[in-house]
Amino acid sequence: MEVFEADIAIIGAGGAGLRAAIAAAETNPELKIALISKVYPMRSHTVAAEGGSAGVVQTHDSLDHHFNDTVGGGDWICEQDVVEYFVAQCTEEMVQLEHWGCPWSRKPDGHINVRAFGGMKIERTWFAADKTGFHMLHTLFQTSIKYPSIQRFDEFFCVDLVVEDGRVQGVVVIETATGQFTLIKAKSVIIATGGAGRVFRENTNGGIVTGDGMAMAYRHGVPLRDMEFVQYHPTCMPGTGLLFTEACRGEGGLLLNKDGYRYLQDYGLGPAEDKPRNKAMELGPRDRLSQAFWYEQQKGRTIEEPHGSVVHLDLRHLGEAYLRERLPQIYELAEEFLGVDPAVTPIPVRPAVHYTMGGILVDGKCASPLSGLYAAGECSSVGIHGANRLGSNSLAELCVFGKVAGIEAAKYAKSVAPGNTASLLKQAADSQKQAEQLVTRLDGKKGTERIATLRKEMAQTMEDGCGIYRLGDSMQATCDKINELKQRFKNVNVEDKSSVWNTDWLLAIELGYQLDVAQAMAYSAINRKESRGAHQRLDGFEARDDVNFLKHSQAHYAGEGAPRIDYGAVKITKSQPGTRAYGAAGEKAEQEREQAAHV
Amino acid sequence: MSEIEKIIPIEVLRYRPEQDTEPVLQTFQVPFTDDMSVLQGLQYIKDYLDGSLSFRWSCRMAICGSCGMMVNGIPSLSCKTFLRDYYPVGLRIEALAHFPIERDLVIVMDDFIEKLESIKPYIIPKKPRTLIEGEYLQTPTERDAYEQFSSCINCMLCYAACPQYGLNSKFIGPGIMALLHRYNIDSRDGGKAQRMEMVNAEDGVFDCTAVGYCSKVCPKHVDPGNAVNLNKMESAKDYFLRFVMPKGTGK
Repeated sequence: MEVFEADIAIIGAGGAGLRAAIAAAETNPELKIALISKVYPMRSHTVAAEGGSAGVVQTHDSLDHHFNDTVGGGDWICEQDVVEYFVAQCTEEMVQLEHWGCPWSRKPDGHINVRAFGGMKIERTWFAADKTGFHMLHTLFQTSIKYPSIQRFDEFFCVDLVVEDGRVQGVVVIETATGQFTLIKAKSVIIATGGAGRVFRENTNGGIVTGDGMAMAYRHGVPLRDMEFVQYHPTCMPGTGLLFTEACRGEGGLLLNKDGYRYLQDYGLGPAEDKPRNKAMELGPRDRLSQAFWYEQQKGRTIEEPHGSVVHLDLRHLGEAYLRERLPQIYELAEEFLGVDPAVTPIPVRPAVHYTMGGILVDGKCASPLSGLYAAGECSSVGIHGANRLGSNSLAELCVFGKVAGIEAAKYAKSVAPGNTASLLKQAADSQKQAEQLVTRLDGKKGTERIATLRKEMAQTMEDGCGIYRLGDSMQATCDKINELKQRFKNVNVEDKSSVWNTDWLLAIELGYQLDVAQAMAYSAINRKESRGAHQRLDGFEARDDVNFLKHSQAHYAGEGAPRIDYGAVKITKSQPGTRAYGAAGEKAEQEREQAAHV
Repeated sequence: MSEIEKIIPIEVLRYRPEQDTEPVLQTFQVPFTDDMSVLQGLQYIKDYLDGSLSFRWSCRMAICGSCGMMVNGIPSLSCKTFLRDYYPVGLRIEALAHFPIERDLVIVMDDFIEKLESIKPYIIPKKPRTLIEGEYLQTPTERDAYEQFSSCINCMLCYAACPQYGLNSKFIGPGIMALLHRYNIDSRDGGKAQRMEMVNAEDGVFDCTAVGYCSKVCPKHVDPGNAVNLNKMESAKDYFLRFVMPKGTGK
């Protein structure tokens, strides 16, 4: 096996991985950085983020407002010290991207423009039309080319971490083009592999979003935290799940049921007014909007279409010219994929899985409990999202914590000696054997389980048991089903036996990752006997239970068996858990909180 | 799903370097519904008919740039090309033209990446600015000037469309020229002189024979052909300025 000697290995070259690489390169240009990605960096799923990225800029906004929107939006299960750091760094990171060339949309005077987003008291979403993630990713990728110490491994697929003497010391990768294995030795490793939304059936995610990094860390004993919290985005394309950004509503879009009625007013988000009001109605938070859809569906007030029930996202009143300026991609998606002209006809939408709030347990410095291992971005749980992520916080997170991870990993790399190549190679050879056995099989027999069949059954059971509303029985059925699928996976059939671009093989490895992540989600969900944020139960645990569950779940990998779930404390600094309300009720609750604070 | 299942023949150019001496066509009968993309057709083949078919894809919504391929000879993003438009005759899918085939529908894109890396695709500030000083001011008009050229998703359809690139892969090509132009005309940038050296070079813009097919196939309205043409003028200007300007005063 080939060996590449790096100081820092970064797995994933989306927003977080690229930001980390640049930060590490700037921290210490002497360090050799291996930036590994299973796709070319500009294919990473950051590219699909649409609406924008948060950063306080308006004089009537404040860091406290951003903090409160984030912590309240997360139903108080956020690490508040980390949120304080986060909101204080967002704007500088957005300015940094601007200096690197990001084409932020502007006001006539040349300053940055911001737009409204769901769950946000004051407008603070920086945007580049409705292709914000695309522009951020390309800006970061192109800027990264300036740094000679960043050596990219494009289209190298990561199969394992190498851990020795209690610290991570490298990663094992397959070069997709050849099937050859390489050990990339590193003194510190940053995981920046994104989320795991593809474990669900209907989702907004790209095919590559398979939880690889989460599963790799998890298998090495790092807990996955808060995995039961999976965000359904309320406005997605029926069937494919493709995203219609929250910016549609930020710009004034309305949600209508089959009677043309703005049904959100029936779910504590009203009153319905002509003009958009922040933190009300269509500008409510994602979890509440998806839940309202579910109830409308139960009441028979949705519209039935071939790909399921839908409501209407009505943009018609905004007019074609404005839509083309602010939401050009949404316009084209509606036209090309649905044959709908959104200036003329409302867009049919339904909720789909969008984001994994939980992930690899890390502290505020992005350090995991495993020495030398860092994580940033959607794969991580640094603690800012709680039970429901605030829209616009994930793109900001990539930058703020990508940078932290890069700096911290650079510091750590200077503090330790390189590992023993021979013994690391021995471990890497074991990882190689494990990966190859999916194709060659120990028993020499042909597998009987189709990859696609297992994947579809997994995605269906996750939707059935861990959807917008959850029941103990159905979550148990999902846990049982995932356990069954893990057994059947041992008999998976990789048809392709070749070395060059064997995607059949890589899909099988990804499926293995997905099953572990799905299992962590399902067991974390069934054990949380309350309702909070995106985790809503209808089986006697409908209320939030701060006495027993104001804490983070932590799923520990247990090999063949079910994961062990335990709990960690939630860091509260300045916001005691309160009533989470939006619309007029939210304004009243906020006034009461302010009055109480001033007594 | 629709009541009557329709079947469409999809012919795919296969090339598995470990078993094929040259590319071969293979036909699959794929059941489909009217809302299915060509990409979904390929996914059906991979999931249920032949797991060994290899192709790149990810976002499914025409923004990641992975799934470019030839559909009936036309460079296309398979995620936003629809099977219904080829029914009942069927369609032929091949790897993007003008690039070496790595396997099946996967092309070797090293050349494109090397070109991208070579043109200094980042802001070389006219006037460096600290973060404390805040953002550079840039009016909507200044932004609009380059925005279109910053919308390239690197899907390389324009390279597959470009006859000149097909003849001589040293030609910088439309997409990268658009990217170069994007930075040159950004009001924050001062790196144009460094990048124009590339444009003026032998395999720069003058290789373009102004066919314009690149802009026609572009799925994001970048109009890379226009970027190439604008730079022909810039390059000519540069050439003449060399004779009239004293050394070192050019910008």
